[in-house]
Amino acid sequence: MTYFRDVGALARKDLLLELRARDTLPAMLLFVVATFVVFHFSLPAHPSKLAASGLLWVAILFTALLGLGRAFVPEREQRVLDGLVLAPCDRSAIWLGKSLATLAFLVAAQVVALPVYALFFRPLSGAAVLGVALADLGICAVGTFLGAMAVATRARELLLPLMFLPLSIPIVVGGVGAGVADSPGRYLGFLALYDLLFAVVCWASFEYVVAE
Amino acid sequence: MLTARRLGKRYGEKRVLRGIDLALARGGFLVVTGPNGSGKTTLLRICAGLAQPTEGTIERSATRAQVGYLGHEPLVYRELTALENLDLYGRLYRLSERRERIGMLLERFGLWDARHERVAAYSRGMTQRLALCRVLLHEPELLVLDEPYNALDEAGAELLDAQLAELRRERTVLLATHDPARVEPAASGRLALAL
Repeated sequence: MTYFRDVGALARKDLLLELRARDTLPAMLLFVVATFVVFHFSLPAHPSKLAASGLLWVAILFTALLGLGRAFVPEREQRVLDGLVLAPCDRSAIWLGKSLATLAFLVAAQVVALPVYALFFRPLSGAAVLGVALADLGICAVGTFLGAMAVATRARELLLPLMFLPLSIPIVVGGVGAGVADSPGRYLGFLALYDLLFAVVCWASFEYVVAE
Repeated sequence: MLTARRLGKRYGEKRVLRGIDLALARGGFLVVTGPNGSGKTTLLRICAGLAQPTEGTIERSATRAQVGYLGHEPLVYRELTALENLDLYGRLYRLSERRERIGMLLERFGLWDARHERVAAYSRGMTQRLALCRVLLHEPELLVLDEPYNALDEAGAELLDAQLAELRRERTVLLATHDPARVEPAASGRLALAL
């Protein structure tokens, strides 16, 4: 129970920081809506289901990247990560708390983005929405882990997309498949498996990312 | 409490620390001095458990929860208030009487009236006082203080003097400073690092 209390305290802190600074969520919202507007005017009037689904996933990934890039900024600016690492809580709680906060921002952005997508392109099926939800878990688990790795380097803005985008290819495959396939079950199962696998790997190895 | 043998640290080709031996018994107060770039901060980070030596060994009887570390940065969030920052650390250190302890420290360091202000609005001296509150919050056995007098005005420095004199009796202190005369009365030993 103390582990989840630590996670709760850390996630609450991130939500409070965003509420105060408003650095991340407005940028994500503006970016994702602007992306759809650009796609809407730059593409043929009625793109295929597959093409429209691809657009959705490009927008989701890059919006997530925007949020992930800022995830560890407060810790970097004041070296607060040293303080958190020294605290007696399990270090994976730092990753889980940050992942949950990032997930909250991403879901909040999608609450606006998905209706905009449906308005400009085509309505989303229940399976597609479930695919987005499952993908969000994987994006936040992997992205937060990589964000913590990147924040310790000088080329962090460059490194995060370089590490994150290759690892997100299975998410795109699963997400697009869940949105367009006649029987989306196996794609949703694939996304759930990805989430589980990477969440366990990130949870177990985060300690080595933050310890020098 | 703390024993280091032939301690060394390299960052790539650059050697920042070489052949350091130190032994600090419980209740000891070791002052670390040396010019800029002599490795004081690196040594203190290793002693606090924030960095690993590349050569030699270090043994520390204090657990992570028993170490209080003050670095060059205050390790607090600028967009949170003093109260929120200390509350977060209090939760992570699982303090049983968190609110009372936080209130007492904020009072002692003259930050009670500013407890609801964001740290971003604090002066450097106030931020350093808050950093000291953070360090002392969980009543650590081993205090690792890197230039704790930085940015403190005379009143703040005297407050820290009094705090260190009080802690001297029951805690172990490792302190780096450019002004060793200030802490000489409390110190039990001195380690001078050279470039």
